[in-house]
Amino acid sequence: MKKISKVKITINGKKRLINPKMSLRSLLYNSRISLNKVAIELNQTIIDKKRINKIFLKANDKIEIVHFIGGG
Amino acid sequence: MKDILKISNKKFTSRLIVGTGKYKNFAQCAKSIKLSGADIVTVAVRRVNISDKKKPVLMDYIDPKKITYLPNTAGCFTSSEALRTLRLAREIGGWKLVKLEVLGDKKLLYPNMIETLKSTEILSKEGFEVMVYCSDDPLMAKRLENVGAVAIMPLAAPIGSGLGILNKVNIQILRSKTRLPLIIDAGLGQASDASLAMELGCDGVLINTAIAKAKDPFIMAEAMKHSVIAGRKSFLSGRIKKTLFGKASSPKKGII
Repeated sequence: MKKISKVKITINGKKRLINPKMSLRSLLYNSRISLNKVAIELNQTIIDKKRINKIFLKANDKIEIVHFIGGG
Repeated sequence: MKDILKISNKKFTSRLIVGTGKYKNFAQCAKSIKLSGADIVTVAVRRVNISDKKKPVLMDYIDPKKITYLPNTAGCFTSSEALRTLRLAREIGGWKLVKLEVLGDKKLLYPNMIETLKSTEILSKEGFEVMVYCSDDPLMAKRLENVGAVAIMPLAAPIGSGLGILNKVNIQILRSKTRLPLIIDAGLGQASDASLAMELGCDGVLINTAIAKAKDPFIMAEAMKHSVIAGRKSFLSGRIKKTLFGKASSPKKGII
């Protein structure tokens, strides 16, 4: 069986290995992120949440997922 | 006649805006906000905790459908950081009304007005409605107004300091110079500070630390609610003139 080599990405400053060509949607779904409570940046570009199933991740991608927390 | 606070085209009943930081937990925060009667709460934009998915989040406790979230840029020291933060905030769910705060000094937490002015102009052009944390400089307030700010939010004293309004005169000058909502942001420590702000003619106050870090935040939240109402009514009532000498309150006629 051919072994699939994983690719390294960074999510919120932490390195993670994922299957190649994983969609952004799958990544968020697997991480149980509620889309209506977050905003997403891929390599410093804000992503339209409606398009996440069309975005496929590649090595060295940097993803930032943010939400609202308590602040003054 | 109902006394409404109008910011941009939005109307609010309460003139007290409260921050959601520094509370022991979300439950304490949510109850304090309820007791304060605030219609607007400030919130910060930060990374989601990816590793602990079960951790509660602010939105579980404070429903953004019932209260206006005002995303801030706390912790940003440059225009580009602030712009990035607010663009992300807007993306979370269409927030256009935002609080811009570009800091210039880590210890004082004073605003960097050059970066603030630059950011206000860019954000306004992008369709944001920008409420601006700023110094109490009347000239700078005018410039912010000119580049599209929807509210001027001068600090009373350094953020979290609880020192109260350090420069009453500047706040009064600001009041006379701007038609925009004038909201004291930062530095208030007790209820009388909030009353004073309102009596000086401010349209509102923003309070976080003074409530969150009071020994009993619930009582302080209520105190702030009442002090803002009292100060506003006092301002609207048209107070008596100060005199050096006494004027008897009881009539002389009929004295025995």
